[in-house]
Amino acid sequence: MDALTIGTIIKILIILAIVSAIAGFGTYIERKVLAFMQRRLGPMHVGPFGLLQIAADGIKLFTKEDIIPQNANKFIFSLAPVITAATAFIAMAALPLFPTFTIPKSLPVIGGAIVPSTVADINIGILFILGTMAAGLYGPLLAGMAQSNKWGIIGSARTAVQFLSYEVVTGLSVLAPIMLVGSLSMIDFNDAQAGGITSWLIWQQPIAFVLFLIAGFAETNRTPFDLLEHEAEIVSGYLTEYSGLRWGMFFIGEYANMITISIIAAVVFCGGYNDLAFISGWFLFVLKVVFFFFLMLWARAAWPHVRPDQMMWLCWKVLMPLAVINILITGIVVML
Amino acid sequence: MAHIEEHKETHTVQKEKQNYVMLDLGKTPKFGMPAFIQVVKRSLSLELLKGLGVTFREMINALFKGKMHTTKYPFEKLPISPRYRAIHEMLRLLESGHYRCIGCGLCEKICISNCIAMETRYDENQRKEVSQYTINFGRCIFCGYCAEVCPELAIVHGGRYENASEQRAGFSLFEDMLTPIDKLKEQKEFAGFGSISPNADENIKKTPLAY
Ligand code: SF4
Ligand code: SF4
Repeated sequence: MDALTIGTIIKILIILAIVSAIAGFGTYIERKVLAFMQRRLGPMHVGPFGLLQIAADGIKLFTKEDIIPQNANKFIFSLAPVITAATAFIAMAALPLFPTFTIPKSLPVIGGAIVPSTVADINIGILFILGTMAAGLYGPLLAGMAQSNKWGIIGSARTAVQFLSYEVVTGLSVLAPIMLVGSLSMIDFNDAQAGGITSWLIWQQPIAFVLFLIAGFAETNRTPFDLLEHEAEIVSGYLTEYSGLRWGMFFIGEYANMITISIIAAVVFCGGYNDLAFISGWFLFVLKVVFFFFLMLWARAAWPHVRPDQMMWLCWKVLMPLAVINILITGIVVML
Repeated sequence: MAHIEEHKETHTVQKEKQNYVMLDLGKTPKFGMPAFIQVVKRSLSLELLKGLGVTFREMINALFKGKMHTTKYPFEKLPISPRYRAIHEMLRLLESGHYRCIGCGLCEKICISNCIAMETRYDENQRKEVSQYTINFGRCIFCGYCAEVCPELAIVHGGRYENASEQRAGFSLFEDMLTPIDKLKEQKEFAGFGSISPNADENIKKTPLAY
């Protein structure tokens, strides 16, 4: 095998291991941050600062009884969580996570392998990512309909509503940066912003950035738009009948999607993993992703969630026109 | 008319005393254009960011200024009011250590849910002694009548509110409720139904009488 193939395999392993670990750790961070913002302590008793709570939750999820409701469509019911988890990780294939590097020759077996910044630098990178994440919505949709539960049905109806509303905005909002960069590849996005903070696309496309963040929140079911499983209204939506590991898969999928959206926001709008003066690109990139992740938790602590009709109103009557106007202006500027 | 005038006067006085602020919510727009203008105004004045600011401030307060609300319950307990009517206690005489109950049966008689059961007999000195005394806490409504009626201040309400037990008879035998003889020194007199809590001063707020 040549150096690049080995490197790619290493990269795949890194992504699978790290992202699923971070997704678990994210639940801990989320609970802690929400707790602090409500002046509580959060998980405290399992391990130092409650850190081992993740392990306790993992054990609980693994050992819980796996219940399939009597009238559920068993095949689809078991397939749905796999769709969510799998698409969340497939989307990561085209994400740049850190600069390309070569493993030192001195290491055995894997020495000299070139670990690329993305697993697959396909030339339609961002389209692929957004498309796969959109396909991931089949998870909640099918899950809700397969479980023969009215809350599940309402949940999947809301999935469809939400999907139709925000997906337009997501697409249109990244269209403007795409026009500026002239490429769909994430690597090109990154390279276009290599010239320090002033070259970040967020300064040229502030509206697109805000629109993308809003749509990203909707894409990951984060709080202002957590219609699919809002427990005060529809018990747990599409998750109502799920337990144990299947529920865990939805959960990991959701957190992986949050990470993906954070990474896209960091790469497309905030300079990617370029070095800034003396600060290393790796470190900066992690900081940016962590900030966007924190923003999602922060918004959850601060804002109430919207009704489905408000969500559609927002997406179709406010965000979409704004996005179209933004594209028009960008187009005119690019032409001149 | 005079009493109305008087009322108005107290009203204004109270208005001055309390500083309740009426939020200026503005008018609720009824139709398209004003509603649209309001949305634009609110978006441009970045009201959402103010919400984020509030939660962030609370986080800083909690983490660095010691304003965490959590009481680590099984390890820490908040003081309860002396009026609180929890599981009953049978008190002893401080001088002799003998239990105070004289077996008069008033508590059994007054008990609103008929949950006190007692038997008495004469002891060797021809005094009445309590041979059986139980309260069925499955039926007790913690009304406090028994404590109020007791002529000897023998049965009172204590502060034991963690009353989950493995048996229905938990807490309810005479011996369970009786002050242990070695704890006699720590026995506290029931402050009574009109008493105020030890931290009453902190809890006092201006009562809004006029709205
Ligand atoms: S508190 Fe009320 S209900 Fe309970 S034993 Fe006393 S009198 Fe009966
Ligand atoms: S009222 Fe008091 S003294 Fe009389 S039987 Fe009840 S506890 Fe004993």
